[in-house]
Amino acid sequence: MSQGNFILREPEYEALLSILRKLLVDASAKVAFLVDKNGTLLGSVGDAVGFDTTSLASLAAGNIAATGGLANLIGEKEFSILFHEGERDNMHLSVVAERLILVIVFDRRSSVGLVRLRVRQATARLTAVMAVALAASDAEFRGIEELTEADIETLFK
Amino acid sequence: MSFINYSSREINCKIVYYGPGLCGKTTNLQFIYKRMSPESRGKMISLATESERTLFFDFLPLSLGEIRGFKTRFHLYTVPGQVFYDASRRLILRGVDGVVFCADSQLTRVDSNEESMENLRVNLREQGYDPDRLPLVIQYNKRDLPNVASLAELHALLNRRNSPELEASAITGAGVFETLKAVIKLVLIDLKRGGRQ
Repeated sequence: MSQGNFILREPEYEALLSILRKLLVDASAKVAFLVDKNGTLLGSVGDAVGFDTTSLASLAAGNIAATGGLANLIGEKEFSILFHEGERDNMHLSVVAERLILVIVFDRRSSVGLVRLRVRQATARLTAVMAVALAASDAEFRGIEELTEADIETLFK
Repeated sequence: MSFINYSSREINCKIVYYGPGLCGKTTNLQFIYKRMSPESRGKMISLATESERTLFFDFLPLSLGEIRGFKTRFHLYTVPGQVFYDASRRLILRGVDGVVFCADSQLTRVDSNEESMENLRVNLREQGYDPDRLPLVIQYNKRDLPNVASLAELHALLNRRNSPELEASAITGAGVFETLKAVIKLVLIDLKRGGRQ
């Protein structure tokens, strides 16, 4: 099975962010994140200033992975939607195009029903962009043509 | 599976520290966290039990500067080493780009090391990786303790692939950054080649 790299180019990246921006408004949400299932943040929109987005991405991926493990134990492929309710803010997580996680943070100005509806609509558009991104991702990564010991040392200076 | 974002010119790679329970995986990450400058590291997250045994994973994100105009970000994870957390270990290996196998050098832990290495190979195969080709570095930890196995013995038991191997004492920090550099080098070489299978 191939484990090739996932290369995201500018047009698809911008398209994904544009869908997130619209979703943020339509769902009256505070922040929207798109995270790789391996725990890497692809992008975020909204007021993410107070969030540690790197940690959030990693924990969202761990959350989806753990509940996916639970799903397998009862014969389900995965639980594709998770909802966490807090005192002020709530979090809605859903799997997009099998390899991404869409995270929406919202408060009482919205509702889980509205978020779910808008997420479903946005998911179709995100999936279409991901299909293009993945097709383009097959190309070889040409960012690092040469790599020297000095390059590695540079990283630790 | 590295994630490369051309728009923000970022390379993201995932490195997993694997090994038997109490071999020093979390200690490696804690030392790296302590010694890295705050600009280069994010928050370290430990999902641990009340007795500080890793329950799900530890996570430490590093931003290490640029190579050829690409910012490099490495996400370091540990797995829970205790035998019964196997389901969690499999999940954490998803999307891994490189593995540090942290071996406990003490003579009494020889069997646990072998068992954990075999478990790593089985779990990598289950995730679709070729365990003979994934970037792997072996760290022989706890070299500062008495009653440790010789390097030749450990090599014969654990390093049939002839992967890069290093001695360490994670509690004092000896060998910790050397190990990290070794695995990052393998991961970047692998990335340059464009994936491994």
